[in-house]
Amino acid sequence: MSSPMSTPGGKRGRPSNPSTRNEAATSPPAQRRRGQPSSNGDLPLMPTSPPTDMPDPLQDTSLFSSPPHLHHFLPSEVDMSSPLMYGTPSSRVDGTPRSGARGTPARQRPDLGSVRKSKQVDLQSEPSAADGAAAAEQPAGQRLVIWGTDVNVATCKEKFQRFLQRFIDPSSKEDENSCLDLNEPLYMQKLEEISIVGDPVLNINCGHVSSFDAELYRQLVCYPQEVIPTFDMAVNELFFERFPDSILEHQIQVRPYNALKTRNMRSLNPEDIDQLITISGMVIRTSQLIPEMQEAFFQCAVCAFSARVEVDRGRIAEPAVCRNCNTTHSLALIHNRSMFSDKQMVKIQESPEDMPAGQTPHTTVVYAHNDLVDKVQPGDRINITGIYRAVPMRVNPRQSNVKSVYKTHIDVIHFRKTDEKRLHGQDDENEQRLFTEARVQTLRELAAKPDVYDRLSSALAPSIYEHEDIKKGILLQLFGGTRKDFSQTGRGNFRAEVNILLCGDPGTSKSQLLQYVFNLVPRGQYTSGKGSSAVGLTAYIMKDPETRQTVLQTGALVLSDNGICCIDEFDKMSDSTRSVLHEVMEQQTLSIAKAGIICQLNARTSILAAANPVESQWNPKKTTIENIQLPHTLLSRFDLIFLMLDPQDEAYDRKLAHHLVSLYYQSEEQLEEENLDMAVLKDFIAYARSYIQPKLSEEAGQALIEAYVEMRKVGSGRGMVSAYPRQLESLIRLAEAHAKVRFSDKVETIDVEEAKRLHREALKQSATDPRTGFVDISILTTGMSATARKRKEEITAALKKMLQSRTKTPVMKFQQLFDDLRGQSETAITKDQFEEALKALCDEDYLTISGKTIRLAT
Amino acid sequence: MPSTNDWINNPLGVVEEMFGKIQVETLPHDSYNTVPSLNDVPLHYLKPNSLVKFRCLIQDMFDPEFYMGAYDTVDPSTKAKVLRCGKYKDVTECGVDLDSANMVTSERQTFYCVPIPGESPWVKEISSCARVVPSTSYVPSRQKRSYEDDDEDDMDTQPQAQGTPAAAEAQGNGDSKRQETEAPSGQKASSPPLDLNFPLPGEKGPACLVKVYADWDSFKLNDTMEVYGILSVSPALSALSDQSDTSSSLILDPAECMETAEELRVHSPPASLVPRLHLIHTQRLAHNNPLLPPAALEDTLASTLGEMVSVRAELLAYFTQLLLGDVLAAEYLLLHLISNVYARRDVIPLGKFTLNLSGCPATAGPAYTEQLYCALQQLVPSAYRLSMTLQNMNQLRLVPRKDYVANRLLSGALQLAANTSLYLDETQLEQGQLDPAGVRNITALGNVISWQKVDYDFNYHQMEFPSNINVLIASEGRSLLPSDCHVHLQPQVTPPNMEAYLGSALTAQSSSQLNKFRLYLTMARTLDYSISEEVTKAVEDDFVDMRKDDPQSISADDLHSLLGVARLLCLSLGQSALSTDAWSRAKHIETLRKSRSEPQGCLNGNEP
Repeated sequence: MSSPMSTPGGKRGRPSNPSTRNEAATSPPAQRRRGQPSSNGDLPLMPTSPPTDMPDPLQDTSLFSSPPHLHHFLPSEVDMSSPLMYGTPSSRVDGTPRSGARGTPARQRPDLGSVRKSKQVDLQSEPSAADGAAAAEQPAGQRLVIWGTDVNVATCKEKFQRFLQRFIDPSSKEDENSCLDLNEPLYMQKLEEISIVGDPVLNINCGHVSSFDAELYRQLVCYPQEVIPTFDMAVNELFFERFPDSILEHQIQVRPYNALKTRNMRSLNPEDIDQLITISGMVIRTSQLIPEMQEAFFQCAVCAFSARVEVDRGRIAEPAVCRNCNTTHSLALIHNRSMFSDKQMVKIQESPEDMPAGQTPHTTVVYAHNDLVDKVQPGDRINITGIYRAVPMRVNPRQSNVKSVYKTHIDVIHFRKTDEKRLHGQDDENEQRLFTEARVQTLRELAAKPDVYDRLSSALAPSIYEHEDIKKGILLQLFGGTRKDFSQTGRGNFRAEVNILLCGDPGTSKSQLLQYVFNLVPRGQYTSGKGSSAVGLTAYIMKDPETRQTVLQTGALVLSDNGICCIDEFDKMSDSTRSVLHEVMEQQTLSIAKAGIICQLNARTSILAAANPVESQWNPKKTTIENIQLPHTLLSRFDLIFLMLDPQDEAYDRKLAHHLVSLYYQSEEQLEEENLDMAVLKDFIAYARSYIQPKLSEEAGQALIEAYVEMRKVGSGRGMVSAYPRQLESLIRLAEAHAKVRFSDKVETIDVEEAKRLHREALKQSATDPRTGFVDISILTTGMSATARKRKEEITAALKKMLQSRTKTPVMKFQQLFDDLRGQSETAITKDQFEEALKALCDEDYLTISGKTIRLAT
Repeated sequence: MPSTNDWINNPLGVVEEMFGKIQVETLPHDSYNTVPSLNDVPLHYLKPNSLVKFRCLIQDMFDPEFYMGAYDTVDPSTKAKVLRCGKYKDVTECGVDLDSANMVTSERQTFYCVPIPGESPWVKEISSCARVVPSTSYVPSRQKRSYEDDDEDDMDTQPQAQGTPAAAEAQGNGDSKRQETEAPSGQKASSPPLDLNFPLPGEKGPACLVKVYADWDSFKLNDTMEVYGILSVSPALSALSDQSDTSSSLILDPAECMETAEELRVHSPPASLVPRLHLIHTQRLAHNNPLLPPAALEDTLASTLGEMVSVRAELLAYFTQLLLGDVLAAEYLLLHLISNVYARRDVIPLGKFTLNLSGCPATAGPAYTEQLYCALQQLVPSAYRLSMTLQNMNQLRLVPRKDYVANRLLSGALQLAANTSLYLDETQLEQGQLDPAGVRNITALGNVISWQKVDYDFNYHQMEFPSNINVLIASEGRSLLPSDCHVHLQPQVTPPNMEAYLGSALTAQSSSQLNKFRLYLTMARTLDYSISEEVTKAVEDDFVDMRKDDPQSISADDLHSLLGVARLLCLSLGQSALSTDAWSRAKHIETLRKSRSEPQGCLNGNEP
């Protein structure tokens, strides 16, 4: 045989083998796989013998008795570790330390369907086709291919070894390669890792294979069942050649992932059957562990002769006659000595993002085998690489008709959790949203336009009239800043999310804006302050009705991690509920200590809140603080506070009316022409969020410094500190977000300018001191305007002076003192102001207040 | 060319004939009316593998399935191979050669369809009267007749089937008639534990698994349509029937453990309960009013347009009577009934007009609101009355929820077809505590009213489905739910016996009169609408002027609702463009309405 695989370990063929083969082959025809051209002989890797060898495979037992590849000797050794095996290992293995390709047991790969589905009958029934193909190849220099495919084992193996030895990807950004030298062959380093760690699994990125050798990739995708074992062989040869002394639990298994064949469950179709596919989805259910019999062990009750039968597509052909003593029906199944493998059914469902509107999500059944069992939990979002299978419905022996429907499932080869990183709290954006080249091109073209910022902001909620600056603010919020990690220097992560508060008169379409944003972002949450409690926002513990275990149910803030949490009627929220927001809005985490569960969850969410003024109508004679009545600790955590006030201006009214009327008669198409498509906007934001990470440029840094100094100066003119570092951080975030809109990797001066403008615009409205007309950020940070603070100090000073002048009477009546002070002062003093002044003096330990009497401290 | 008769009686034969040639299955157009309908004809009277139609709503979408599109069969005796077509069938012919190279795997999609929820009795009555009884679909025997008398009274009025059993037998291609014993269990949805998953409690009728062979992406959940397809009721389809033999043999079939028992039961219910329908032709229904067949829409439109004003006046008079002499409320009720979400601007649904009718006389007990509902039900094609008792709110499932164990969407009362009238009876609300489920239900109702959307619960996430439900809230005081328009009822008459008063008002309407009203309401809804340049200008001026006088008097939201009222007013008069007259009339009735609510101290309630 010219095949390179008539090979190692071949000596270990069991004598019983040929007969089992034959028995397997005689399973009812209805159970056999349906013949489709691509479905190849399921004898994985059975090297095609030259046509002369195979006129009749059923009789040609020699073909089987010298097992041509690893799978044939594996059943004997596979189960050293299995408690179900009672035989002494040494009686089967050569006895020597297990090392080298021969010594290391192979392990069955049920994921590849090593549950044999031999199709000898096909060879027989259509010999001409098979022979013809092989024969045609023959003259062209010993080109042997696996039946039904165009895979030549030797070439394939060689190609793959070359791939392993040569593939370098200097531009690799993958997290798992982080500690590897990018200029060395990537997979050789991984092999080295395997030799050290001892985890005999080699994950191969199909993208790499594809860029290295497109033909190999095509074969891998089309004939995974044949090609992957070839890869296994190749990698083991290579590995044990290089690390002859390493000891592994079993032979290395190759697990390809990221096959670009299919991304969406919806696009699976009959052509994908038996091909390698990658789909994404969410786990909705996992089954119990199912022990699946791989090989049945029969023992004759009369002569104790044993026979092994491999399971063939779920069926065991029970030997009717003992071949040793010829007793009929004497063989009994011995469960203990049969071989089982782990199997688990996992149901996955389309992720909500992938679904067309108005349809329900599809589900797919996935089988996980061996060590992939219990790797995923319900709720996980995963990418699955596996082989798509279709099995005809079981035939009812009593019925002649067959259900004409197939059951489909995926035998999983590789799981990849898409949100894995989120659990580790590292960098995220791992949702590799795939954009087609064309889409990226359109997005880039759009980003290159000089007015992209205005275009996008006008595309935001087009049905809501005006409020351009607010839309711009929300747009920047959607993009967010760059996430910075300062944990090295002890400050932890810097918040990248922008928080916005909208405050304004009823009926100014705040709710519509919130609804729009909630619909726009993939991970948005919408709550109303009236209906939400602190636990609803954070997390709560409940008893799972099925398992009786306490489970942590996450609330809106945690669910909108990496998204936007829209909170309507923010002012109606109770104080205790609001207080949970403090941590979220600055540290971006949520600490929970409940029912014995103490944990910290990530809640990197942007908050978009809407509030009505206290008197339901904005009172222009009051400050923002007075109008909103929110604790200033919370207010200072909002990057932008917008006031949505009714401008009460004729020109505005006219435009507004026109806008509204047009809503009622313009056709759908007309409107769509005018504005950017919501889908484009979505993609634009998703692309910018995951691929653009702008950094501050030198000039931008300078501009920011200047802006900050300026902001501080505004206050310092009156001897007040007006801007705090928090405002500087806000500016940086906004500038970064603006750079993202331009798809720029650098934050430049124009970004800072816009950030400054927007910040001023928002503040000009929200922090204008009604008494001075100045912009005054200190309102937000201390809850009091600078003039009010000044006034308070004046009164306190006056009161102190008055008290000092009458030290003779250390005890005074409250009312009397108040009247005295009022009489002394030129301006009116309210009772509140007086009390505040008293309190300030009290804090200075100058006096003590008990009820209505005031006593000077001595 | 196959005749209509062939299509109805032996569609599979026709398909088989066409198979191998050009794959175009066309149905002769004149034949639509002659196809028996699953809605009216009990399942056991329909011949298996015949063409039937079904007026339904897509309640759930199952996963796509792969089937044998074409396959070879081998005759065991002669060994002759025949290529067969697997389309439109659930079960293959005998002797499939599974290894044949000719086998083609194809894909199809399954939808779980239920009759349109809340369909009014008159719709059923009219559409079943309108149908032409096909000659061969009825194969009644005398014993069955007795069953029928118990179940459905109107069957007595049906003409007897003309076809002889022999003729039907001759045409049947070997399908045995189903046993009569199956029939009773098939009729009563409640008898087996199988839940047919109807959105509304107390619904009756067959549910159907519709297999779609092409273009399934164009279907959406909650679409209403009339499907024409081949009925398949083979007992082999029942999941439970072939369970018995599994234990006997040594089988570790992967297919075995793939599904839970619940899932199997839901996805392959007994065919006698949930027949399969292999879709050949679909007709989307914009409405389910049988008086206005989609084909004749244009003609009817032209002929009745002139009458609309007079019919409107009559209807208004009728409503005024029902609403105890309150003309304004009657006018608003009329506008409400023809409202329809005609477009969405990003998140804002346009055209919705939720009416809150407060001040319903409580002294008469539930009688008044109930009778009012009966009157409305006689006019609209589908309606549902949800009495908002505390118990209902806490216990009913309003929002559909995905059941992952059975892998299906458990329906809820808010899974309604477009333009269904949802009548919320808030007078039934009593004091007590809403539990979390109740709060969720109220929120869901609020979402429907404000945004016309329902967030279906998929356990790990929610999915938003747009809805188009006309919500009418009858309450004593102002409703706790939001609404677009709140009218406080001011009864002009106080009949001593409310029940008798309303009863006489109801019965006074002749059926031809009712039909006129029904036609009118559906027609008004389908009209187009536009606003001309001049009127736009006038409206703008008007708005600016009003704001100038008193900025507080009218906000953007008020303008919104004014425009909405004006639009509905025009449509109700059969006009397709806004006129200044209609505009001032809209302003007038809005002012009247507001002056009523003001004493009650509810001013800023219009914010959605």
